[in-house]
Amino acid sequence: MDTPTYQRIKQEIDSSDVFLFMKGTPVFPQCGFSAAVVQVLSASGVKFKSMDVLQEPDIREGIKSFSDWPTIPQLYVKGEFVGGCDIVREMYEDGELAQVFSDNGIPATPMA
Amino acid sequence: MPMSAGEIEALIRVALPDAHVRIEDLRGDGDHYAAYIVSESFRGLNRVKQHQMVYAALKGRMGNELHALALQTSVPE
Repeated sequence: MDTPTYQRIKQEIDSSDVFLFMKGTPVFPQCGFSAAVVQVLSASGVKFKSMDVLQEPDIREGIKSFSDWPTIPQLYVKGEFVGGCDIVREMYEDGELAQVFSDNGIPATPMA
Repeated sequence: MPMSAGEIEALIRVALPDAHVRIEDLRGDGDHYAAYIVSESFRGLNRVKQHQMVYAALKGRMGNELHALALQTSVPE
């Protein structure tokens, strides 16, 4: 992966406490797995930034080697890779995701 | 060319010989599977590392020939 792509990825990830690389947008997700992670984040009541990798082919490929993770979506909290759809959903169901947010001082207003 | 459940299981077994592997074909299209894998080699690793081991076993097919593989990894009780 060339350095400008790497730097852009790093910049994006550091631009928000919670960052989601996804297919489509939170309002119009283009893939069921991406939509599932958006739902989990909304239910967790955390603010997050996202990028539609379908519009960014270099980043779509670069992000896979950046985190040694072959698929999209990818969730990052405070610059750390948390997981893809399966892991984020499992963590949400176990209450681990809420723990990660509180450990990192990220305000979360979970929906009842 | 989509993969068969048998191919997925075989690749996982090569990398994790002790694993209990169950593959579920979610949509019957050879492209959407779920895999339930129990292996001692996962012990002490977080979920990301466990799943990365499985993706490594699939030798680059994940995200290519294999579009979707819902993974559940665990260690023996």
